Amino acid sequence: AALGTQARAEAALPEEELAPNTWEEVTGYCNFYEFGTGKGDPSEYAERMTTEPWSVTIDGLVDNPGGYSFEQILSEMTLEERIYRFRCVEAWSMVVPWQGFELADLLTLAGVQEGAKYVAFETLYRPSEMPGTIYKVLDWPYREGLRLDEAMHPLTIMATGIFGKPLPNQNGAPLRLVVPWKYGFKSIKSVVRITLTDEEPPTSWNMANPREYGFYSNVNPEVSHPRWSQASERRIGGGLFARRQPTLMFNGYEAEVAALYEGMDLSEYF
Amino acid sequence: MGFANQLVRCLPVWPVYLLGALPGPWLFYLGLTGGLGVEPIKALEHEYGELALQLLILTLAISPLRRLLGLNLLKFRRAIGLLCFFYVLCHLLVWLVLDVQILGQILTDIAKRPYITIGMGAFVLMLPLALTSNNLSVRKLGRTWSRLHRLTYAAAVLGAVHFVMLAKGFQIEPLIYLGLVLFLLALRVPYSRWLRLPSGTPVSGRS
Repeated sequence: AALGTQARAEAALPEEELAPNTWEEVTGYCNFYEFGTGKGDPSEYAERMTTEPWSVTIDGLVDNPGGYSFEQILSEMTLEERIYRFRCVEAWSMVVPWQGFELADLLTLAGVQEGAKYVAFETLYRPSEMPGTIYKVLDWPYREGLRLDEAMHPLTIMATGIFGKPLPNQNGAPLRLVVPWKYGFKSIKSVVRITLTDEEPPTSWNMANPREYGFYSNVNPEVSHPRWSQASERRIGGGLFARRQPTLMFNGYEAEVAALYEGMDLSEYF
Repeated sequence: MGFANQLVRCLPVWPVYLLGALPGPWLFYLGLTGGLGVEPIKALEHEYGELALQLLILTLAISPLRRLLGLNLLKFRRAIGLLCFFYVLCHLLVWLVLDVQILGQILTDIAKRPYITIGMGAFVLMLPLALTSNNLSVRKLGRTWSRLHRLTYAAAVLGAVHFVMLAKGFQIEPLIYLGLVLFLLALRVPYSRWLRLPSGTPVSGRS
């Protein structure tokens, strides 16, 4: 089923559009504010982050709560490659070849209890290794969340690598979420906690500025950010004269995910 | 300060224009050749904008420097002001031509996005300043000229606010620029206002 999803997603657009960006682009142009707000800060400072040992606490409405070591998770999951479009809320985009596993498999391992409606995620918060956290750019630790059906969707993965290599720290080592139809900030990095809840969890950017960043944050060319249009985007790597390209509804994954939002006013639930 | 002022008197102004304008084409060259990273358009836009703001702050510092420290850099103020306008123009052109690209969207952006409206406001205020930065205008306009050029204060505040408004999250750097602008403007308020002295108390003139 998983490979089928990838094939479908790729078939939705001409092949060349999903030609991945380069390693340099994907690892050198990042938002990871725990290491600074500049696009180059994460690649400069993130190597300070200790990622071994790494453990993810899975708690809340699950049958098997507790700490899951990264190795334990890897041994239980099947890794596969997913080439996804990645659209930042700042109106730039990339194509990234991820390796990872479906979040649904991990949640099934933990045993989702009846009554769970949302999944909350938390990034590592370790000020001694994260120079960007001396400023309260956001209310640390970084938090994100999904509705349970979004989390269980086959396109939603936990990535452990890019380009066939382990995730570099600046890209969210050792384990991060990737939700390809949402703005990039939803794809929370360096995850240390996953909590199943029955209430919509607070999320960092929404807390910082609820007018600009909604809980859903689905890529939507028709709903503009209050400070800029989301109708078009610039693919990273085109140089000084790169043309903008139109932004696709749900970042090009409309056929796969539109049903999740049937009957919802997407300009209200943005 | 006597020695420094003597040194300044000996220096010609033209190298300020030359050296000050060099980063313009140099940054463009870097953007073309990969020196500004993988997203050179945003980087160039930001570099030009920040240079403009730095030069604007420098022009605001010149009269307090003279009044409070006795350092007279007045002969360079026009050059610095015009260079500032040059970078504002570069910043605007990168945004128009390389970044947004779509004319319809540019007009909506100016009208609908407050930080862009404010940035454009600063640019519009600077236009008459740049156009009258020549000896003929100074002579012809007389006292109106110095009153007109107080628009710099408003342009500086708008420029710094523009930077603060485009930051995501709580960021320090734009706030430092805004703080500097407000500090330099506060230095211009006559002491009598700060000390609530009765009007008529002699104070040093403002400029």
